Amino acid sequence: MIRASADSFTGDAMPRASAAGKLRVENLGVAFQREGATLPVLDDVNLSVRDGEFVCLLGPSGCGKSTLLNAMAGFLQPTSGQVLVDGEVVRGPDPRRIFVFQERGVFPWLTVAGNIGFGLGKLSREERAKRVQHYVQMVGLQGFEKSYPHELSGGMKQRVEVARALAVNPDVLFLDEPFGALDSITRMVMRSELLRIWEAERKTILFVTHDIDEAVQLADRVVVISARPGRIQQIVDVDLQHPRDISSPRYLKLRDGILSQIGLAHRI
Amino acid sequence: MTPASRIHPVERWLWPILATAVFLLLWHYAVLWSGTRIFPSPREVELGLSQLTHRGVLYRDIVDSLRRVAIGYLAAVGAGIPLGLLLGWYPAAEQTVNPAIQLLRPISPIAWIPVAILFFGVGDDAAIFLVFLGAFFPIVITCVDAVSNVPLIYRRAGSNFGLTAPQVLARVVFPAALPQILVGLRIALGIGWLVVVAGEMIAVNSGLGYLIIDSRNSGKRYDLVVGAMLLIGIIGLALDAVFRRLESIKPVRWGFRHES
Repeated sequence: MIRASADSFTGDAMPRASAAGKLRVENLGVAFQREGATLPVLDDVNLSVRDGEFVCLLGPSGCGKSTLLNAMAGFLQPTSGQVLVDGEVVRGPDPRRIFVFQERGVFPWLTVAGNIGFGLGKLSREERAKRVQHYVQMVGLQGFEKSYPHELSGGMKQRVEVARALAVNPDVLFLDEPFGALDSITRMVMRSELLRIWEAERKTILFVTHDIDEAVQLADRVVVISARPGRIQQIVDVDLQHPRDISSPRYLKLRDGILSQIGLAHRI
Repeated sequence: MTPASRIHPVERWLWPILATAVFLLLWHYAVLWSGTRIFPSPREVELGLSQLTHRGVLYRDIVDSLRRVAIGYLAAVGAGIPLGLLLGWYPAAEQTVNPAIQLLRPISPIAWIPVAILFFGVGDDAAIFLVFLGAFFPIVITCVDAVSNVPLIYRRAGSNFGLTAPQVLARVVFPAALPQILVGLRIALGIGWLVVVAGEMIAVNSGLGYLIIDSRNSGKRYDLVVGAMLLIGIIGLALDAVFRRLESIKPVRWGFRHES
């Protein structure tokens, strides 16, 4: 009893909040109407994500993982079931939950600073400049504040978009294959950058990928989704500390487990 | 052909000037050898124009033409861009008025001259109305098109950051569509300049179009006819060049292919 009240005095309500789940998906189903036929995309998806958790949604292309992310973000109304954030039903997009597209979401008519400050219209000029500068530094784009996106590389544009999302201080980040368009070296760098930022800011992250290695390197839990109609096939706990040794037996065992779960052979 | 990037800066001016000189020479000798008494030589055109300049007529005609284009064109921009943005934003509204727009669009502004005179009488307003008509439809149509070409991702990003629908239109859709809108504005200005000349031949008593028709009717002054034609070409070129410069300003540059 004494402990519990001490916890609430320090503002640490984490255990209770995480018991309820930061974000919950309940019996979610999505179907598209196409040429008169009903095409089920997602079927009876149930998922609970803790506050500050890093969850990867993994599946083959066309399995509906992006659809699931769009429904969670409120861009898409589910056909059945619901999505709850902090116990509240999601009815549309909200600045507390920011969706990060591939770098294509950066606004080409604004500078780096203009993009990062885009969601900060309510702040005073000085506060906005301060916040923008903070996130420019966090993603390592010092000296490029006045550059336009078409003058930047793909990886830098992706940094701009992550910074723009972080600047409005959201609780949840949705990332839809954010590094899919980058070359493999830049992708590795961006993964460790994202982990560094996540450890500093402790956002709840939902990250869609079709790359098994990416999922096992990043996530606390990997949600494996089956081919259409998408269902949750398995949820894998990745019990590895960061930074992760990607040649350790445990890492390889987890990765191979997911590989066989998806039904892929271990040899090409 | 040498790629554009490898042309020496001097050559960029040298060859066009040389080509123009050759053209003027050909013109001069064609008039001389054919023995025509009506069609003027370049020298006669120059003399005719400098006469008009000294009397201050030419300057007044140029200013009148430019003023009519400016007013008619700016009215078309002011009405066309908001209408085009709204029609692009609300596809249902676009479907409603699209048949009317498509019906009116192919009618040449020249065909409107009698109606323009009926509405506004012979004078400035009729010519301005014709310029407005000529510029209005291309502006509306490119705006509708530009808005529907804005990627869904941009709009979603805008609403994700808590923007209301009018804010998304102003802060996301408009800047995203601006490069394509600029192309439409440039075409519309060209059309406005074409139309004002035609309008001035009938509806008013000043301007470069009037100068052409007046010079022909009062004593077959073909030196002035050709002079006015050349001036129309030069001013049209200058207006287009000013617009092209707009394409390289930073917030729209991404929408255009540039050599660099």
